[in-house]
Parts: sequence; C-alpha cells; structure tokens
Amino acid sequence: MDLLRKACVIWLKDLRLEWRTLDSISGMFFFSLLVLVIFNFTFDFTVVDFKDLGPGVLWVTFTFAGILALSHSFVIEKEGDCMQGLLLSPVDPGAIYLGKMLSNLTLILGVEIILVPLTSVLFNYPIWGKLPALAAVLGVSTLGFAGVGTLLGAMTARTRRGEVLLPLLLFSICIPIIIAAVQTTKVVMQGRPLGDAREWFIIGAAFDAIFVTAAYLTFEYVIEE
Amino acid sequence: MNGIKRALPVVLPMILFALVVKGLYGAFFEAPTEIQMGDVQRIFYFHAPAGIVAFLAFGVTGVASFLYLWRKSLIFDVVAYASAEVGLIFCTIVLVTGPLWARPVWGTWWTWEARLTTTLALWLIYASYILVRRYTDNRDQQARFAAVLGIVGALDVPIVYRSITWWRGLHPVVLKASGGGGLDPEMRSVFLFCIIVYLTLYACLMAVRIPIGCAEDEIAGLREILARRRRA
Repeated sequence: MDLLRKACVIWLKDLRLEWRTLDSISGMFFFSLLVLVIFNFTFDFTVVDFKDLGPGVLWVTFTFAGILALSHSFVIEKEGDCMQGLLLSPVDPGAIYLGKMLSNLTLILGVEIILVPLTSVLFNYPIWGKLPALAAVLGVSTLGFAGVGTLLGAMTARTRRGEVLLPLLLFSICIPIIIAAVQTTKVVMQGRPLGDAREWFIIGAAFDAIFVTAAYLTFEYVIEE
Repeated sequence: MNGIKRALPVVLPMILFALVVKGLYGAFFEAPTEIQMGDVQRIFYFHAPAGIVAFLAFGVTGVASFLYLWRKSLIFDVVAYASAEVGLIFCTIVLVTGPLWARPVWGTWWTWEARLTTTLALWLIYASYILVRRYTDNRDQQARFAAVLGIVGALDVPIVYRSITWWRGLHPVVLKASGGGGLDPEMRSVFLFCIIVYLTLYACLMAVRIPIGCAEDEIAGLREILARRRRA
C-alpha cells in the first residue's frame, strides 16, 4: 500500500510538472498530427479502405509519439540533478518505476484520446460506436509499451546517443505488443466481435504482466549510480 | 587451472580444424543429394546448426546476465557480452544463408514467415544490446544495463515467437519451413555432426573472446590507477 502511495506521489509530481509547461504533450500532439498528415499523402485512402490500413497508421503514430514522452520523462530528471534527489528520497526504486510508468502511460493515453477522434474526422471513418472496445484495446497495448519504455527510457537517458538507442531498443523488444495492438485494433475497427481478438488479448496481457514485473524488478539496477 | 586456460585457445582451434574438414566433406560429399531441391539443399548443413547455436548463445547471454545481477561479478558480464557477440555472428549466418536457399527453392528471397521473422527480431534485439554497451561509458553501468537487457531480451524471445506464429496463422500459409523430421539417416548423421562442428566453433570463439574481455577490463583498471597516480 505504501508502495502505491509513493508511486502516486511521483506520478502526480510528473503530471503537475507537465501541466505547468505542457512541454511533452504539445510536442507529442503536433508531431503525431504531422505523422497522420504524412500518412495521408503516402496512402490513397480513396482506394484503400481505412479499416484495413488504419490500425497500422494509428499504431505507428502512437509509438512515434510515445518515444517522445518516454525520452523526455528521464531527461527532465537530469536537470538540476533531480534524479539524485529522487534516489536520495526514502522511496523504493520500484515505486519510482511505477510512478514514472504511470505518468508516461497517462501522457501516451492522453495523446491517444485526442488522436482517435481526430483520425476519425481526418480520415472520414465513423468510430463513435466502437469507442468502449477501442478504449480496452488501447489500454492493454499502451500499458506494455509504456512499461518497457519506462525501463529503457531510464537506461538510454544515461547513455551517449540515448535518443537513437531508445527507439532501437524499444521497437525491437515491443514487436509482439505492436503486432497484438494492430490486430486487436483491426478487429475493433472492422466491427467484428471482440472475441475474435481473444488470443491477441492474451498476448497483450501476457506481455504487460511479464514486462511490467521484469521492469519493476530490474529498475533499481538501471537507476543505481 | 591456469594451464588449461592457456592451452584452450590453442587446442580448441586444432580440434575445430579437423572437425570443419570432416564436416565440409560430409556436407558436400557424404550426404546424398536431395531429390527435389538438388545440391542447394546442402546449405541446410550450415544454416540449421548456425541457428541452433545462435539460440543457444543468446540463452547463455540471458543466464549470464541474470548471474551478473545476482552475483555482481564482472566475469559473468564478460561472458554475456562475448556470447551475445558470437550469437549475433551466427544469427547473421542464418539470415544470410536462409535467403540463399529460399530463392531457388521457395522462389523468393524472403518471406515474413514465423521463424524468419523471429530470427530477424532476435538479430535486432541483440544488435541493439551491443550498441547500448558501446554507448555507455561507465563500466559498472554498462554491465548493469547490458544485464537488464540480456534478461528482457531472453524473456521476449518466446513471446515474439508466439505472437508471430499467431500473426501468420491468420493468413494462408504459402510456404512452409522445412521440418527436420523426414531426414534421410545419412543426412541426419551429417547434420548432427555439423551441429557438433558449430558448437565447437562457438566454444572456440568464446575461448578467445572471454580472455580478451577480461584483458580489456584489466587494462581499463590499470589505466585508472595510472591516471590516479599522475594526478597525485
């Protein structure tokens, strides 16, 4: 219980920081909007059905936007030696991980919540009736992505060329969750029953459980001085 | 113990040389020519053993990474790194020989079939593992980051395989990977021998690479002492 309370304190700290500047979320939003615009030029959606390519378009956009949040998350802790402060505070490394993971998850989900209706408008695809199912799909997949991403973000923030390393590591490790995300989103967008995506939900949930636990357990080795 | 350490990098390559000669002879002359594929099937004796050894090498990296975090002894880190490097070489051999065989047999260089895609994903994971080590300056940090990645990478392999099998499973299977079940007994014996050759090659490379890793650490330690003395 104490662990969760401490994680929440860190989570709220990050959200407050973000609320004051809106640095991360504004950058993510404009960047992903631009990605969507570029996709619109690369695929002719008057010929291809958006239901077929849309899930891929959405997830490429989300992962690109997610990278921005994840790399920013630990770079801000470098300023003024904030990481040192966090490590000196009487908080378990696991709590720091959970707090950071929650704040990354919130940011990425936030951008997704803005982008999904926007995509629906831009690509002329009615999405309203599918929102509850889509919310479940986005939640499961984003959790795994943010879970691994927070661990790797903390790691790459302390290397040279971290901005190159983070996408390399994150995308190669996240291959299963990205496949699962695209497949479940496709099932939802094509209007099929969620049961069709059962095995993908299992993959997604297994990925979430395994990697959030592994990241929680190994996080201390990554942030240790 | 020291004697064995010194003898290993000399004796192992000699054994390896003999094994390679015998293995090449087996693959090119002893093994019967496959009826449908012809001589191109012989690439199988290089491709499949390399794949088995690559998986083994990445497994060793995973175990050594875990041991490093547990015991905090740099030797485990050196072993993990050496095995990842050697594994990446074998994985590259798999990815190069595969398409060479696939082109005449399947009629295409590459297909996004489960095993191929998993191997490529593995290659990417361990290539970034090596990059992380290159871009980290602090030795302890390097070892810790690499160990975490070694564990995460090893955990990822079964999920990657499962997800890609399911992903492909939703589509009609155009091409099937060759199974090892229906091997001719003579082919089988050559194949098994080739696995032994590759395992020896792996052991050989490790026997050379691990002392280099230890020497690097030793030199770095000596440099630090020198720098400290100069400052004093």
